[in-house]
Amino acid sequence: MNWTLVLPELVLACVAMATMIFGVLRKGQDNTLLATMFALGGFLLAGVLVLNRGNGVGFSGQFLADPFSAFNQILILSGAALASILALDWNRAQGIARFEFPVLMMFSTVGMMVMASAGNLMTLYLGLELQSLALYVLAAFARDDVRSSEAGLKYFVLSSLASGLLLYGTSLVYGFSGTMDLNALRTLLMQPNAVSPGLVVGIVFVLVGLAFKVSAVPFHMWTPDVYEGAPTPVTVFFATAPKVAAMSLLLRVMGTSFAPVVGAWQSLVVIVSIASMLLGAFAAIGQSNIKRLMAYSSIGHMGYALIGLATGNAAGVRGTLVYMVIYVFMTAGTFGCILAMRRKGRPVEQISDLSGLASNDPILALALAVFMFSLAGIPLMAGFFAKLYIFFAAVQGGLWTLAVIGVLTSVVGAYYYIRVIKVMYFDTAAEPFDQRPAGLSFVVAATGLFTAFFFIFPAPIVGAAQAAASVLFR
Amino acid sequence: MTNAAGFPILSLITWLPLIGCVVIMTVRGDEETVASNARWTALWTSLLVFGLSLVLWFQFDTAEPGFQFQEHVSWLPEFKVGYSMGVDGVSVLFVLLSTVLTPICILSAWEAIHTRVREFMMSFLILETMMVGMFASTDFVLFYMFFEGVLIPMYLIIGVWGGPRRVYAAVKFFLYTLTGSVLMLLALIYMWVQAGTTDFGGLMQTHFSTAAQTWLFLAFFASFAVKVPMWPVHTWLPDAHVEAPTAGSVILAGVLLKMGAYGFLRFSIPMLPQASAYFAPFMFTLSVVAVIYTSLVALAQTDMKKLIAYSSVAHMGVVTIGLFTFNIQGINGGLFQMLSHGVVSAALFLVVGVVYDRIHSREIARYGGLADRMPSYALVFMLFMMASVGLPGTAGFVGEFLVIIGSLQVNFWLALLGGMGMILGAVYMLYLYSRVIFGRITREDLRNILDLSPREWAVFAPLIVLTLWMGIYPSSFTRYFDATVGQMVQQHTAALAQTTKLAGDLH
Repeated sequence: MNWTLVLPELVLACVAMATMIFGVLRKGQDNTLLATMFALGGFLLAGVLVLNRGNGVGFSGQFLADPFSAFNQILILSGAALASILALDWNRAQGIARFEFPVLMMFSTVGMMVMASAGNLMTLYLGLELQSLALYVLAAFARDDVRSSEAGLKYFVLSSLASGLLLYGTSLVYGFSGTMDLNALRTLLMQPNAVSPGLVVGIVFVLVGLAFKVSAVPFHMWTPDVYEGAPTPVTVFFATAPKVAAMSLLLRVMGTSFAPVVGAWQSLVVIVSIASMLLGAFAAIGQSNIKRLMAYSSIGHMGYALIGLATGNAAGVRGTLVYMVIYVFMTAGTFGCILAMRRKGRPVEQISDLSGLASNDPILALALAVFMFSLAGIPLMAGFFAKLYIFFAAVQGGLWTLAVIGVLTSVVGAYYYIRVIKVMYFDTAAEPFDQRPAGLSFVVAATGLFTAFFFIFPAPIVGAAQAAASVLFR
Repeated sequence: MTNAAGFPILSLITWLPLIGCVVIMTVRGDEETVASNARWTALWTSLLVFGLSLVLWFQFDTAEPGFQFQEHVSWLPEFKVGYSMGVDGVSVLFVLLSTVLTPICILSAWEAIHTRVREFMMSFLILETMMVGMFASTDFVLFYMFFEGVLIPMYLIIGVWGGPRRVYAAVKFFLYTLTGSVLMLLALIYMWVQAGTTDFGGLMQTHFSTAAQTWLFLAFFASFAVKVPMWPVHTWLPDAHVEAPTAGSVILAGVLLKMGAYGFLRFSIPMLPQASAYFAPFMFTLSVVAVIYTSLVALAQTDMKKLIAYSSVAHMGVVTIGLFTFNIQGINGGLFQMLSHGVVSAALFLVVGVVYDRIHSREIARYGGLADRMPSYALVFMLFMMASVGLPGTAGFVGEFLVIIGSLQVNFWLALLGGMGMILGAVYMLYLYSRVIFGRITREDLRNILDLSPREWAVFAPLIVLTLWMGIYPSSFTRYFDATVGQMVQQHTAALAQTTKLAGDLH
């Protein structure tokens, strides 16, 4: 039973190790394409296995296989797959194509999958560290580039700090409750007078550590620099899969173990959420680099997603999960468009470089416009539904402050998103971009169609999120 | 799925323009071929949509006050939100107004738009889908999607094909409208949570507490007042109008401004009767200020489009007065004024567009003595000018007259001050007309300016017919909304009487 439950993770880890051995054996040859294909195959295989895996509890409660973990794992695998497709051509063009890249992505993905199904604070930390170690290397992957090395180092230092805080929180929780099992903690906390001040401090530390990983304010400082400095495909990866994994951890820990003491942490999540929305909206206005703009935008989006957690009920979690799905696809698409910004073989990343894109390359401009309107939350685009479910949960839960600040910051956010569209459509044309690689076109088209036509048939995703959310806040 | 027409007519006229849009997208060839194909495809699509929408005109049962041609498909089942379409007496004519004005706009942009024609026509067809969908939806979530979806094509139309300050105008338009809309979104969600449904019928049967109604009304007000636009949140309108291309101004004045007033009539008044009654004096005050203040502002304008834009604010002020009188004459008058303003102000923007296409200036002082060279133009201009003033026999008269009758039943001073709009309107419109059309030609380039071309006649002809028809025989239009408005007023009075009774019981 135990081994069949962890089969997807095992398979992906084995594929990663096999790819590594393969790459080492064929030293001196160009292995990137093959390694990426192995990675994509691994992601696909793991996804199929996740979908066919039964529900259950493995390794005496350390590992949970339920609809919630399956939902997040599929999303993590999709994000990773999109990022690896985008990375292939980019790394070649930048001369940093090495077979280690897909291998690291696979290891990091295994870590995230463990995070999504962690049933114990120890498993949680294990998955988190496996993910993070691979990510540090990925951030510094363009090792001859100062900005990339700086991003890697910065991420390493700050992320280690956060891991330390998380570990400290875990030890406090263990010390004051005597267990690290999430479900056992929940049972314990349901007793009256079970909450001691030390435990609350522990919960706050755990929350802070996880808030750092989703880059929520005030633990966001690393995000703009790492987004800007890391090679863009790595930024795509940072912006999608690890966010999902960290958010799923946050939901799982708060929604299972600490659900009985929702009053102890709810106000903290509310404050973090408001601060993220405000910073995401206002700090992005002054940005001229589109990667930095997306960094602040992702901070804001995490603020919206946290509203769902702040409600402290299953409807809110459903909102957050739907939000994460839509967020992953529209963000991957936006970065696909950013990766297409390349002139005479050199990447450009200023917003002004997009000037007049609508006349040079109407299809790319249309796709980016769809993503921008979606990120701004304008109806018919998927981003609107993401916000709709979140605000529905907030109003249902009576969190009016969050809801009002949320909608108003979304107007402020709309300003900088439509400014990108203004540059593309209203300004005079600059030099055209280079020919796009096919993989990039595929990712942009797939995510663009998803974003534009989500409204026609939202039921399957919302239904799956509903099933996943029902596991929490029982 | 079936309805009176036997097939989903409303969905068809809503989504058909999008199919035209896809066709235009697939056109290949050099720029000239693409432009020409895009124009013709857009025109034929919009004419086909108009033809189909005539089914509504002929088959609509005017005795039935409820929704007709209803369609329902399950859409977000876990929230009990459906894709529900239907029209009642209030909305049916606005669907028709949208489908009439779209081909006219496309025709008017035939030569005026010569860059990125394909994108322009696509934007216009998407806009048509949004407008028709908004008036035809009977589910709040669906309504909201279309209501805000209008922003996307309109933002592009103003920003890409507009005048020199187009970026400022487009961004201002977008952010003003979005700010109002998102507050309405919260009101929508609250009503949704409370009522458990977003169907119009279900929402109308739900009673909201008076305290909640106050907040809901304010949230709706934030959205609809910006759209109408009411003083003092009207400042985006002159900018948007001045910078938008002619076709954009036409659709903005003709249909988009009606969305706000339609919202008041559809949501605020029937769903929040107590709050509407409570806020009526507030609405009257803002409307009267709009009527008098913006009329005076219009008088001082030197730009023709800006003048007409301010006159729109004044005319829409009359509409909001009419709607909040809560009596049959007032609401009928408000609705009629919305329709007539939709036709007349649209026509006036086209009138300005004619000379703008020739001289590329909208300065009033730039013109003068056009009657010599352009007699037919002077005639057409005069007709629409008179209709805007409210001359009996034209569309403008009926609405204003009914609103004055309706408001007399509320308050004499309201009627008097609201009626000032007609007098001031005459002042600024006649002044505009005399400066542009009469006098001597002093400018060299005006000496060989050409009169209306056959294409321009084709643009104006339907609007002339409509203006006179609405003025001479208004019953063929009022009969559509008589039953619905009658029922609405009855329900409103009943709802208020219930509150009074409750208050009496408490004493």
